Amino acid sequence: MQAKIQAIISRYGSDKGFLVPILQDVQRELNYLPEDALVMVSTLLEIPLSRIFEVATFYKAFSLTPRGKHLLSLCLGTACHVRGAPLLSGHIERALGIRPGETSPDLEFTFETVNCLGACALGPVMVVDGEYHGQLTIAKTNAILRDLGRKVPSDEEA
Amino acid sequence: MSDTVTLKINGRTITASAGSTLLAAAQSANIYIPNLCSNEELTPYGACRLCMVEIAHGKRTRMVASCIYEVAEGLEVQTVTERILNVRKLVIELLLARNPYHPRLLKISHELGVQASRFKEDVKGCILCGQCVRTCREVVGVAAIGFKGRGRTRTVATPFDKAPADCIACGSCAYICPVKVIPLEDKNNVRTIWKTEFPMAVCKKCGRPFAPEKQLAYFRKIANLPENHFDTCIQCR
Amino acid sequence: MKKLKSPGELAALQAEIRAGRDPKKPCITICAGTGCLAYGTQKIIECFRQEIDKQHLQDRVQLRTSGCHGFCERGPMVVIHPQKIFYQRIKAEDVPDIISKTVLAGEIIDRLSYVDPATKQKIVYEHDVPFYKRQTRYVLGMNGDIDPACIDDYLAIGGYSGLSKALSGMKPEAVIEEVKKANLRGRGGGGFPTGWKWESTRKAAGEPKYIICNADEGDPGAYMDRSLLEGNPHLVLEGMLIGAYAIGSSQGYIYVRNEYPLAVHNITLAIEKAREVGLLGENILGSGFSFDIKINRGGGAFVCGESSALFASIEGRSGEPRAKYVHATDQGLYNKPTNLNNVETWGNVPLIINRGADWYASIGTANSTGTKIFSLVGKINNTGLVEVPMGITLREIVYDIGGGIPNGRKFKAVQTGGPSGGCIPEQFLDMPVDFDELAKIGSMMGSGGMIVMDDRTCMVDVANYFLKFLEEESCGKCTPCREGVLQMRLILDRICEGQGKEEDINTLEWMGQAIIDGSLCALGGSAPNPVLTTIKYFRDEYEAHIKHKKCPAGVCKALITYSVDAEKCTGCHACARVCPTQAATGEKKKTHVVDLGKCIKCGACFEACKFDAIKIL
Repeated sequence: MQAKIQAIISRYGSDKGFLVPILQDVQRELNYLPEDALVMVSTLLEIPLSRIFEVATFYKAFSLTPRGKHLLSLCLGTACHVRGAPLLSGHIERALGIRPGETSPDLEFTFETVNCLGACALGPVMVVDGEYHGQLTIAKTNAILRDLGRKVPSDEEA
Repeated sequence: MSDTVTLKINGRTITASAGSTLLAAAQSANIYIPNLCSNEELTPYGACRLCMVEIAHGKRTRMVASCIYEVAEGLEVQTVTERILNVRKLVIELLLARNPYHPRLLKISHELGVQASRFKEDVKGCILCGQCVRTCREVVGVAAIGFKGRGRTRTVATPFDKAPADCIACGSCAYICPVKVIPLEDKNNVRTIWKTEFPMAVCKKCGRPFAPEKQLAYFRKIANLPENHFDTCIQCR
Repeated sequence: MKKLKSPGELAALQAEIRAGRDPKKPCITICAGTGCLAYGTQKIIECFRQEIDKQHLQDRVQLRTSGCHGFCERGPMVVIHPQKIFYQRIKAEDVPDIISKTVLAGEIIDRLSYVDPATKQKIVYEHDVPFYKRQTRYVLGMNGDIDPACIDDYLAIGGYSGLSKALSGMKPEAVIEEVKKANLRGRGGGGFPTGWKWESTRKAAGEPKYIICNADEGDPGAYMDRSLLEGNPHLVLEGMLIGAYAIGSSQGYIYVRNEYPLAVHNITLAIEKAREVGLLGENILGSGFSFDIKINRGGGAFVCGESSALFASIEGRSGEPRAKYVHATDQGLYNKPTNLNNVETWGNVPLIINRGADWYASIGTANSTGTKIFSLVGKINNTGLVEVPMGITLREIVYDIGGGIPNGRKFKAVQTGGPSGGCIPEQFLDMPVDFDELAKIGSMMGSGGMIVMDDRTCMVDVANYFLKFLEEESCGKCTPCREGVLQMRLILDRICEGQGKEEDINTLEWMGQAIIDGSLCALGGSAPNPVLTTIKYFRDEYEAHIKHKKCPAGVCKALITYSVDAEKCTGCHACARVCPTQAATGEKKKTHVVDLGKCIKCGACFEACKFDAIKIL
């Protein structure tokens, strides 16, 4: 892990100003921001740990706990909101049994809500493992969840 | 550039040293402005918003936080207007919802004629004035504590909410806290702060505990003092 | 590629690229903006490649993947040059036909053409589509001619000529004068005059001077900056270069949201290309002027659109604003003179230098010149990005370009200015849209989000939505914003749950004003706007919630019930199949019912019913 972090920091020329992008890269590499990784970043960049912790908890993109295999980011921008995103959020919460920002105990799913993904014309929108899904309905959401191996109320059960 | 500037506060002409804040200038002229996050030893912060004042700005007026706004020649300032009082009343009501009991807050609310907060209470104690964090960073210089999270979930915390590795147990944070919500306890030669126990150094002469060992080690380090420098307490030295 | 050493070499390269291109050669331009990619455009691009290979047309047909064309509603879409034949909502299966029939034989494929819903007329060419026809696409229009990964495409349409003109014939002061004369105002929110800002930064004491491109487009419902940065990154770079030269800056930053991976990718690539040809770096075009750009990615914080919070973030700290009693132009990033403009503002600069301030100022209104890109989204038929001259009316945007409200519903409001803005009711539809007019009625231009709302949108819910948004995005530093927005939201929650009290409206108005007056930065200082404007223009909806415990739009869950219209129900069982709590039940082919005791008001049945038989009351 140390080598990976060292490599990331060198890529930014050890510039303290790039702390946010550095932490993003660390998270991409390690799935989340483990404590010992942040201690390492603190030592290498010579930034007090309290500052690193502050930044890591301030920005919504960072997670201090392990994230699921599948990341679902549901957009709650205004355009998505008026087109029914809150109903979808409730639906996904019930289907996965987790609240926004949480990860399922089996580490399969992390469900988060995002304040506008900038794909407003397609609202409601959700990004699932990096892929955009637009004009979502409850039916389309069910299909996505089913593809990811989660049971949902479906035709077969009725 | 002259060292002093002349300005008007509530119609009174006042001389203040250049570079000082409106709050400091008002205080030195015995004009009262309530405040909670300001401290002249710390970098101006402007967070609690109790010290808002109105300054003339062309034909209009502008609301500014007096703890961060610097004096300027010819500036005209009002410290009590309806607009200002509305902000102060809102702020104190909001803070009372976080901390409904500290005398300092109750005194300010009394001055403003606010009987009680009409807002939903969620008692946290801490009012997030940030004096502890700034003291630890700027005065003590160890940066052991900081903020965690943002918005309404923001708290003052140690990294990972664990025993703070950089803390020297000096207690400055607890001392500076305007509403006294940082617990500090000295008992059996041990200081407990931030849920962490720090052994105290014992005076080699009188045998009394006088300061946390980590604090003394830190002083020796930054001042480049010998190992035995703090063997005795101030009284015995 | 060889580095360009003079304006003459740039002009020669542009000419060489143009000479090597046959304007008559068919070119299939496929929109690969984020919107179209979400529709599955990547697969269609692959199909085109395969088909071109299969038919051995590599030399005869060009395929170009471009940035966003704007008409996101109709993606995936292609435009076939030179005729500019417009096909929309195409599928992978359509690809062989498009090549064989249209590209090779000039035949129009009717099923792929756009049909104007108003006139039912089939429209063949892009420029005849009403959505485009009523626009003035000086900035965004270039997207369709450019593959963002290809600097040659930008050079072919005269790219970097503005920079060349500035460097070879204009003093920095003259560039600033030109921008001032054009009266360009910042497209990111406040509408501050760009030329004045440049001048202040130029004159400010202190070195180095920084310029920053704010691409932290956080306003929910706005995505024009994303589309520009993705679709035409060199335009933004050229704008920044001209600005840097005018201001006297050698270091620039682009602060871009990490939520925009394609934009980050394309701008990174563009910077590398520009360095390769000597348009970034030392001694650009032999002028002695040197400038380079670093990219800094945000971490997901709306407040970082606020300049002082943005600086904090670039400096590696949490995005906490400072009071702006000292201007950023004097002390900004690292306390040095800093000029911050957003993507669209930078994107307008090359136009001004190329075509002159007089031309630019002739577009729009006296105090709001040029065009503005809006994202027209929400309850509107033609969702997408539209670029229009300032001063156009809301009605033209919503009805002539946007095609009106879907499903025959009634227009209720347009929300502009993001969470700092307001909701504009029907009575102002004929108002010209510019910086000052929007401010007059309590809203603002913001970055250009226009979210259209119909009679199924609850204005109390919308106000509550914005408060929730801001509550999450408040940095938490100052009391009025952190605690005040939270407490306002709790009051609105109560109202939406049918627990509103008579005095709530007054309390909200009083709090709103005090929060505006007392907050540290613009986020808190404008946070109450959506509440205040909805109270101002839709007071009756608040009163319906508070006094009559009704949500007229049928949105607030606590105040509505779901039921089945027996006359419309066909017993198809669709509602029962999707109902997660078995509240909707019934025998097939018989009228179904909703058991209110079990119903969680999730809306699944309403969505599933094809016969409009689920009623919300």
